[in-house]
Amino acid sequence: MSEEEHILELLIGPQHPASGHMRLVAKVDGDVVVSLRPDIGYVHRTVEKLAETKNYIQIIPLVERPPLADTANHNLGYVLALERLLGIEAPPRAQWLRTLLAEMTRIHSHFYGIGIHGIMLGSSTAFMWAFWDREIMIELAQRLTGARLTYSYMIPGGVRRDLPPGFEDEMEKALRYLERRIPDYHKIFFDNPVTKARLEGVGVLRKEDAIRLGIVGPNLRASGVPYDVRKVDPYCAYPELDFNVITREEGDSLARVMVRVGEIKESINMIRQILKKMPDGPILEERYLKMIPPKWKDWMAQHRRIKLPAALISLRPPKGEAVARVEAARGEAVYYIVSDGSPKPYRFRVVSPSIRNVVLFEHLIRNCRVADIPAIYGSLDYFPPEADR
Amino acid sequence: MASRSESESQGQERAEAAPSGEAEALLSKVLEGLSPEISTVGSAVSVKVPPDCLKEAAQRLKAAGFDHVKAVTGIDRPDSGEIELVYHVSSYLDPKLSRWIVALRTTLPRDDPETPSLYDVWPSVKYHEMEQREMLGIRFSGHPDPRRLLLPESYKGIPPLRKDFKVKVEGINA
Repeated sequence: MSEEEHILELLIGPQHPASGHMRLVAKVDGDVVVSLRPDIGYVHRTVEKLAETKNYIQIIPLVERPPLADTANHNLGYVLALERLLGIEAPPRAQWLRTLLAEMTRIHSHFYGIGIHGIMLGSSTAFMWAFWDREIMIELAQRLTGARLTYSYMIPGGVRRDLPPGFEDEMEKALRYLERRIPDYHKIFFDNPVTKARLEGVGVLRKEDAIRLGIVGPNLRASGVPYDVRKVDPYCAYPELDFNVITREEGDSLARVMVRVGEIKESINMIRQILKKMPDGPILEERYLKMIPPKWKDWMAQHRRIKLPAALISLRPPKGEAVARVEAARGEAVYYIVSDGSPKPYRFRVVSPSIRNVVLFEHLIRNCRVADIPAIYGSLDYFPPEADR
Repeated sequence: MASRSESESQGQERAEAAPSGEAEALLSKVLEGLSPEISTVGSAVSVKVPPDCLKEAAQRLKAAGFDHVKAVTGIDRPDSGEIELVYHVSSYLDPKLSRWIVALRTTLPRDDPETPSLYDVWPSVKYHEMEQREMLGIRFSGHPDPRRLLLPESYKGIPPLRKDFKVKVEGINA
């Protein structure tokens, strides 16, 4: 038989679910995947071009949409780049509140990834549990920001709201609950012989390949590279928090999952430190606070939130450029803004973790079984809208 | 963080501009002879080289420990007839270098923007270059993958991130 006769092209997607709004073009020889290439762009929403038509403040909701559920970290990356362009910095309390929401988002984003991976492996229990447990953080985030996921909480120079009354106690209950839950996940999912058989030694990413391919986030750290923006180029309150960068040496699908589990524990620990050590003070930069009319000041104090000053609506950063990186839940996100001094960016560039990790589909999914496709895919926590932007 | 006025004056007063001064000194040594224009813009160190030195500059940066590319960005500048191309590079393994982001940049003629792909140097540019190719019409010679990335294969017309591609506003104000 010639090669063409027994190599079959298998098209997976772009219909959701299982492919997740992307298409995987696999060449299979029986049950063995010879090669696979990702065909992406089905959920491309032209964020970079759209941003050129919008005022800076309007871009906040725009950058939050592609990376759902990991909205806050992208909100933060964009706002940090914008603040560098404006030459301003948020006051300390706002920095700590940003860090709080960033870590809450990391927890629920990791649960989201674990749940999707669970259902890809056929464990509907893992899916149901993870999707319930992410609700815990989403509910608390809603109390803080007013929204479940699209928070638009971080604004240039600060944050929109202060902690609601009783938040610390509610959070402590939630953290204790999550700590009790993690051993349950081990029993039913992570240490389950079926899960282990599907993930251990499957889709091994070697350290040197992870570096060469520019991989980010838990996928990079599971291959033994201790790169985490929160340590390397610390921002907001991270320099003052005590936390570990979770790494594994194995580089396989199980290691990637376990790095996320380790990061959930670290985030729980960080949230406790944040609520204990958060300094008092204003939550918006002084120059913007001054612009708020006195009659609104009482309202702000009473409601513990900001009345958005008009100056923020039509920001005109000086001519120049700025770049910012943050450790989003799925990995490093890079925001690059070029300003020509007008109220809209001249060029706006978003590089999300998923677009940097998409190369792993072609790199890892070959010389493996068809059943390994979802096992490896799920372990990458790849999110098509985040990649397509 | 440096405001705009500070970053502009750093050209003259480089000695005072620590810690970026350290990065600038290292880069001018690494890129000696490639006529680099080095300055600090905000939190990144910007290095501009002539287009025919781009690949050589990339190879030297790689050898110096800059092991990956974070972003490739094309910027259309119709007023000067140029497309600016920026590679944001850094390091995963070298703790000193990973604190910095280096913006390696060059300018290409807008009517015929062609440049060697840096895929041989940094495989991490693969998908970024594909995206800049379709969005700005930049040709990366030697790039291993000729496919479109985000746009449909059937797309014809001005590359969308060129300035002469105008977004039509829809909705109640249109």
